[in-house]
Amino acid sequence: MASPLEHSPLAQFEVYQIIPLEFAGVDWSITNSGLWMLVIVALIWLFVSGGMSRAHIVPGRWQSMVEMVYEFISNMLHEAAGPEARRFFPFIFSLFMFILFANLLGMVPGTFTVTSHIIVTFGLAGFVFLGVTVLGVVNHGFGFLRLFVPSGVPIALLPLLVVIELISYLTRPISLSVRLFANMMAGHTMMKVIAGFVVPLGLIGGWAPLLFVVALTGLEMLIAVLQAYVFAMLSCIYLNDAYHIEH
Amino acid sequence: MPQLDPAVFSPQLVWLAISFAILYLVMARSALPKIANILGERENRIADDLRVSEELKDQSKELEAKHDKAHAEAKAEANSILSAARTQMQAAIDAKRNKAEGKLSDEVHAAEAKIAEAKAEAMDDLEDMAVEACGAIVERLTGKSIGASGLRDAVKGEIRVAMGGKGA
Repeated sequence: MASPLEHSPLAQFEVYQIIPLEFAGVDWSITNSGLWMLVIVALIWLFVSGGMSRAHIVPGRWQSMVEMVYEFISNMLHEAAGPEARRFFPFIFSLFMFILFANLLGMVPGTFTVTSHIIVTFGLAGFVFLGVTVLGVVNHGFGFLRLFVPSGVPIALLPLLVVIELISYLTRPISLSVRLFANMMAGHTMMKVIAGFVVPLGLIGGWAPLLFVVALTGLEMLIAVLQAYVFAMLSCIYLNDAYHIEH
Repeated sequence: MPQLDPAVFSPQLVWLAISFAILYLVMARSALPKIANILGERENRIADDLRVSEELKDQSKELEAKHDKAHAEAKAEANSILSAARTQMQAAIDAKRNKAEGKLSDEVHAAEAKIAEAKAEAMDDLEDMAVEACGAIVERLTGKSIGASGLRDAVKGEIRVAMGGKGA
């Protein structure tokens, strides 16, 4: 724990080793971040298996919730990427649940938000990007390059547009990961900063600053769900490119 | 920013890969197929129920049609029986009435004949009496007796004139 950050709003993003491990020059120590990832996986497993442990034809409340998430992701994938992408449903489902639970768990005071680390969101986004690119090449071979050539465009404009398309494609993992990371980090930092003002400002403004932080917490909850949805949705749209090249 | 410290990159990436792989395997192998099963089962159940209800509906329609047909047939049969009975009874009534009327008219004819006979007999007796009375009256007034046959013809002619040719 770095002491300069102890009372800073950024202290919540500190990663520290719990069990130092190293293998073949790679540091794979168990850190608070890694531990929370395992907690997230355990919670998702509890949520899903808890709902389905006594599965009935007529679902109870918990089972309905699990089925609702299942059908929500299923419909999203079907609409965005078509029926061919069905075999990636477990991946998209895991992705959505992982980010959703990470974001929501981060709202609990004292926890660590794994999605507030650029390396984690970049790891996920990079995996999606590589996966889609490999899948596109496997499905279409060199034809996948047509993705960068918009149809119905004057020849004169084509070189410029191909460059733009190429850049927009290559920056996908960056935009995807930075969007999630920045939302999470900014939200949590802002909450911490404003929460720090609740007592000093409360001496002047009464309950107003506290109410503001409560409202902000509600907004952060919304963002937590929304960003998980956006990440999964964009992954579905990228997956669509690997199957349907036509713009 | 602690996020930009390269020292935190590798352990986080390693554990991200491990935990996400675990999550993916658990979801893909166990959890999601279970949900898919129950959803499929429900869909099948609903489809089955709908199919059964459709069949039952068809059956009930068939039965209704059968019932309607039987009802119409029974009605037609009842009508035909009724009209047959009616015509039969009508025929019987007509026969009896004809018979009775025939008998009555026979009796009436016989009675009329008897009356006519009695009337004729009475007329004859009346003529005889008239002839006799006339003979007696003429004898008392004139003191002469008239031949019976001439008197009879004269009296008969008078009677005929008196009755306007209607009698005898």
